[in-house]
Amino acid sequence: MKFLHSIIDKVEPNFEKGAKFEKLWPLFDGFKTFAMVPGHTAHTGAHIRDGIDLKRTMFTVIVALIPALIFGMWNVGYQHYLALGLANEMSFIDNILFGAIKVIPMVVISYGVGLAIEFAFCIYKGHQINEGYLVTGMLIPLIMPVDLPLWMLAISVVFAVVIGKEVFGGTGMNILNPALTARVFAFFAYPTYMSGDKVWINTSTAEGQSVVDGFSGATVLGDLATSGTTQYSAMDMFLGFIPGSVGETSVVMILLGAFILILAGIGSWQIMLSGVLGALAMGGIFNLFAEYAISPEQQAFMAVPAWQQMIMGGFAFGIVFMATDPVSASQTPRGKWIYGFLVGFFAIMIRVFNPAYPEGIMLAILLMNVFAPLIDHYVVQGNIKRRMKRAELQTVKA
Amino acid sequence: MSTETVDKTKDKEPLFSKKNRKLLSDPMNDDNPITVQVLGICSALAITVQLKPAVVMAMSVVFVMAAGNIIISLLRNMIPQRVRIIVMLTVIAALVILVDQVLKAYLFDVSKQLSVFIGLIITNCIIMGRFEAFAMGNGVWKSFLDGVGNAAGYGVILILVSIFREFFGTGTLWGIQLIPESWYMSNGGFYSDNGMMLLPPMALISVALIIWVQRSYNRKLIEEN
Repeated sequence: MKFLHSIIDKVEPNFEKGAKFEKLWPLFDGFKTFAMVPGHTAHTGAHIRDGIDLKRTMFTVIVALIPALIFGMWNVGYQHYLALGLANEMSFIDNILFGAIKVIPMVVISYGVGLAIEFAFCIYKGHQINEGYLVTGMLIPLIMPVDLPLWMLAISVVFAVVIGKEVFGGTGMNILNPALTARVFAFFAYPTYMSGDKVWINTSTAEGQSVVDGFSGATVLGDLATSGTTQYSAMDMFLGFIPGSVGETSVVMILLGAFILILAGIGSWQIMLSGVLGALAMGGIFNLFAEYAISPEQQAFMAVPAWQQMIMGGFAFGIVFMATDPVSASQTPRGKWIYGFLVGFFAIMIRVFNPAYPEGIMLAILLMNVFAPLIDHYVVQGNIKRRMKRAELQTVKA
Repeated sequence: MSTETVDKTKDKEPLFSKKNRKLLSDPMNDDNPITVQVLGICSALAITVQLKPAVVMAMSVVFVMAAGNIIISLLRNMIPQRVRIIVMLTVIAALVILVDQVLKAYLFDVSKQLSVFIGLIITNCIIMGRFEAFAMGNGVWKSFLDGVGNAAGYGVILILVSIFREFFGTGTLWGIQLIPESWYMSNGGFYSDNGMMLLPPMALISVALIIWVQRSYNRKLIEEN
């Protein structure tokens, strides 16, 4: 550490005002504060909620994402070898190696492109570099299918960072969750690479290999939307041995992440819990009214037990890591309950009613992101009204 | 047309005086109907998927707007204040029907593509706005310039957006394939068209990007707050 410190101290004069690399000061400052604890503290106290700073928050979320990432890598390899009929011959290491070769470039592209844009904006505007992209950059590869071409990933990242975040003023000012903005862009721009049954499992074959007979690469949700049945058991869905976006398949690993987030006080357990309640409510309504469905496939989908809806697709990942994004979610305690409930409610509704958009959680979270400020507004106004009434009552009594 | 002679007798100003040139150039940048006044957005969303319909639309609006401004300006002292909106609507509707018939006769394909949106020029807020704000109170020549300027300002944005959307959305311009077929993934290449460009939200986002670029070099457009 001392070694690093002396290097930073040595090059610092080059970046100060009037020096050679004055323009690159935000870049330098970003690295310096990333490596060292900054020597200054805030002078105004109006917005202190906790002593924790943005970097540590972001880092905790990344730690919480690591189980899902590692499992995702393994599952990419496992699904690949399963499709080739080689799953029994391959060891744990083989699976994870194959997955790493596929997933790590996605992570690198996501971070490389995103941070480059972020740095460019900071230098252009003369702002300090902040860490807003650290979590987004990790989330984006986890919510994309493994076979998405890397340049499409890069364009989605550019769109998410520029249109989703920088135009609103950068980190902390965005209306929509940037990672989901990237996914929704890719989903609408390149639908053939983001949905269907070709993209979730890598089926590239080497010499002498071939895909097994009767292989289907559809996700659980894709299966249910088209035929009403799925080949996977509830246990498979819970543990994550199913095709899907890289990080979303294993509910166990996501729960582990949720545990870390709640323990560290970073993710809001109110949103997660109310989201689950909302999904259960909508799933329950569907179970009750399944006989009124317009087609047999939809009837089968509606009849899926409400609790099972929660271990399919990206629901668990979305509700734990995306809906709880402190910037785009509701801020008020009561608002969080309403927001979370509606996210869960709409996620199940969209995925069942619209077979073209099986990934309801993505659209549900983005929809509620837009409404979050409105919810907060009414919660705050309601609080003011109630207290005014109480104050009036007291004056009347007195 | 007799407009020029009428104008010359009324005021001695040269035809393209500085003031008159400003009528033409202002709507292009400082007072653009789409990017600054944010009018006429609906048609900008609907017909900018391809360049050809956008150009036809821009030309139609230039014609309707210029002719309409002339007619309203000529009638401005005869129109009773209370029924002026109805009179304006009648004038626009007549001109739009003219345009529609001409397109149907000579450009049937484009006319089918534009479908209802030619008819909807009637409801284009820019036209009504210029009638009300300019032609009702100004001479014929000036009104003509103002009409051409505003319609051209509208058309320029339309064409820019449609170039952007057509090129990235379908890889073509004016229907001509610009991105080689062999680049596409279906032919073993690496490229794929961006389907989002064909959806209406992308028109809004492209207009927003144009506004962003415009304001970043035209500082006087930035509101102070």
